[in-house]
Amino acid sequence: MARSGKKGLPGIADILAKHPASRGSLIPILQDIQERIGYLSQEAVAELEQRMGISANEIFGVATFYTQFRFTPPGRHTILSCQGTACHVRGGRQILNELEQRLGVAAGQTTADGQFDLERVACLGCCALAPVVAVDGKVHVQMTAKKVPSIISQYAEEGKARK
Amino acid sequence: MTSLQQVCAKARAQWDKLQDSEVPVFFVGAATCGRAAGATEVLQALRGHIEQNKLDVLVVEVGCLGPCSFEPLVIVHKSGSPRVCYGNVGPDQVIRILENHVLGDDPCAQWALGKMTPGQRFGPDPRFRGGDVIPAEAGITVEGLDGIDDFAAHPMMRRQVRNILRNCGLIDPENVHHYLARDGYLGFLKALELGPDGVLKEVKAAGLRGRGGAGFPTWRKWQFCRDAPGPTKYLICNADEGDPGAFMNRSLIEGDPHAVLEGMLIAAFTLGASQGYIYCRAEYPLALQRLDVAIGQMRELGLLGENIQGSGFSFDLAIKKGAGAFVCGEETALIASIEGRRGMPQPRPPFPAVSGLLGKPTVIQNVETLGNLPLILRNGAEWYTQYGSESSKGTKTFALAGKIQRTGLVEVPLGIKLKDIICEIGGGVPGGKALKAVQTGGPSGGCIPAEKMDLPVDYETLTQAGSIMGSGGMIVLDEDSCMVDIARYFLSFTQAESCGKCAPCRVGTRAMLNILERIAAGEGQMADLEKLESIARTVKDGSLCGLGQTAPNPVLTTLRYFRNEYEDHIQKRRCPAFVCSAMVSYHIDCDRCSGCGACARVCPVTAISGQKKKPHVIDQEICIRCGMCLSTCPPRYAAVYRRSGELTRYEQRKEGKRETT
Repeated sequence: MARSGKKGLPGIADILAKHPASRGSLIPILQDIQERIGYLSQEAVAELEQRMGISANEIFGVATFYTQFRFTPPGRHTILSCQGTACHVRGGRQILNELEQRLGVAAGQTTADGQFDLERVACLGCCALAPVVAVDGKVHVQMTAKKVPSIISQYAEEGKARK
Repeated sequence: MTSLQQVCAKARAQWDKLQDSEVPVFFVGAATCGRAAGATEVLQALRGHIEQNKLDVLVVEVGCLGPCSFEPLVIVHKSGSPRVCYGNVGPDQVIRILENHVLGDDPCAQWALGKMTPGQRFGPDPRFRGGDVIPAEAGITVEGLDGIDDFAAHPMMRRQVRNILRNCGLIDPENVHHYLARDGYLGFLKALELGPDGVLKEVKAAGLRGRGGAGFPTWRKWQFCRDAPGPTKYLICNADEGDPGAFMNRSLIEGDPHAVLEGMLIAAFTLGASQGYIYCRAEYPLALQRLDVAIGQMRELGLLGENIQGSGFSFDLAIKKGAGAFVCGEETALIASIEGRRGMPQPRPPFPAVSGLLGKPTVIQNVETLGNLPLILRNGAEWYTQYGSESSKGTKTFALAGKIQRTGLVEVPLGIKLKDIICEIGGGVPGGKALKAVQTGGPSGGCIPAEKMDLPVDYETLTQAGSIMGSGGMIVLDEDSCMVDIARYFLSFTQAESCGKCAPCRVGTRAMLNILERIAAGEGQMADLEKLESIARTVKDGSLCGLGQTAPNPVLTTLRYFRNEYEDHIQKRRCPAFVCSAMVSYHIDCDRCSGCGACARVCPVTAISGQKKKPHVIDQEICIRCGMCLSTCPPRYAAVYRRSGELTRYEQRKEGKRETT
């Protein structure tokens, strides 16, 4: 996983070139970096510090404020368990509990085998079909705790097949 | 004739041709909600079938029509027949609709939600155009297909007035010609004609108030900004729809992005702003994509850039992606975020309209407020004010979700009774359960109890009831919802989202949450209720920004209307709705249990034991109260039951009997 972090961070110069050289571009640049390498590594922030002239301290200060940014490499699949109001009243908490149980991690963590990230999100905007879980951007609607194992295995097998 | 008018004329011809198309057309609702429900698979099946059989059939992807619980939605146009809107369409159904209705003569009435007007040819009424959803009171009935009712008479559509959403679900949001054909950008051209002062006058006469929640008169905000010195002004569209349970803005942007962008042009022209930003949540990838496409189209049409349409007015737009911080819905925090800083609010005054982005006068408007502007300009303030109540003019979109039969996005005139939205349009609570409350305004709002369903929905009434209009999320709660849990839920949300800048919000929300957690765990005391109220007042009065000032609302309204539930939790250690798991226990009735073992197999912590064909027992020490056993126990035995508070004497005896055996 450290692969992407170690080698001179391909493309940071390209990303910087795409945005106007102003402080207001900091968040879009961080978003682009995360999109490219999956997270904000120490190395990436150090490089930004040099190129943008904003201290690493300050960059981390901004990045940690926003829930979108992560500082560890992501797992192969990202499971977002929606905890919006509509999902909450329709049992979203039970589904998150079940996911935590089955994956053996708490929300915000990555499974030991690097297969799954489990995240809780405030709202995915699919409230009418609550409760929902999104895996790698695909939204699974009207979830029940019973459907959890089959969804996990579906993606776990996909991973194996690809290997 | 300007070039824009030429394009419009061409667009209209193109649209009319589609409306009167000889070739059958499938309009498939493919917004985020539709895709989640399976619209992608429907599109795939449909396109595959068309290609395989070399059929002459058009497929158009449209936004969301609103009735989300019926998704995926497909509207089918067949020449010489009314259009039919089908609900809950899967890949198999869509093929059968194609085979039986379009190519055959069975309209598949079993899946139809209703018939709509057949393109242009539905009579002389000039108010409606091809593809419009005609309101029931217009008294226009659709001829043909007698077995299918009018879509306009569908209980979910009947009371709606679709002005802001008039294009959603009917046009291809990525085809600007569809928007132009339906009078798109005419409002902006009217604004150029009226001049900035004229527009301000019109918006003032329309009585438009901010749709983001607080309901501040739009014209007054604009006036402040115009009066502020300096030539540089900014306009920001706030599309950081962070309220959990709200999806109005997402639907509007996904279904009709140009409506919002035309509103931005009108606002910017009035303010004299030369640069605009759209601050949209990163969690809405499709909305972001639609905005990106639409902005490109505006550039091509000469609606952005220098000297727009030869008016001397120059304006440009950029999208800023939010990075996941609820507080950035607050104006000053949003500005900080655009400036590349931590999204923490500033004390006001100075208000952003005087000193905002980079210290320049800045107006921030909600997506829906902007979506209203083209309507007001095109049709005039007089037309606009025919909808709504004395103090709250126009229509408003609401997102219905939670324990409600028909979920979805609806648009109604302000002043409509709450029960008309919940019980009539939404169809009330499913499963014969009792309505308990409606939560409006998200984490800043409150719960309005069932006995207040007669209240008219306008800014003042909802505020008096202790809630707020908010941006339009309505979550329906039934008898299975625990009000202490709801209060705790919202508090845990605001507590986690509090930016930590000011102490009342940072410390106060934490202190309130601690008390609520204690009560939910069955360890509350009666004195806690007064303490809660007192902290709530401090947080309300002392917080710096709207997030903190409104964070106590869910607690205060539930205490006001559902105090007895709090008292039950504290005095009887009982959660009447069986939600607070610390006070709920699951048991197996030894006289009913057949020992089938179904519950033991699903129990995630193996708390259930027992021999085959012998009554099973739940070990209360191990049980995590997930309720899987209750939902798994076959109905013919119905042996698992749950209790909150003390067991009845009969039940205690049974528990005892089992322990001795």
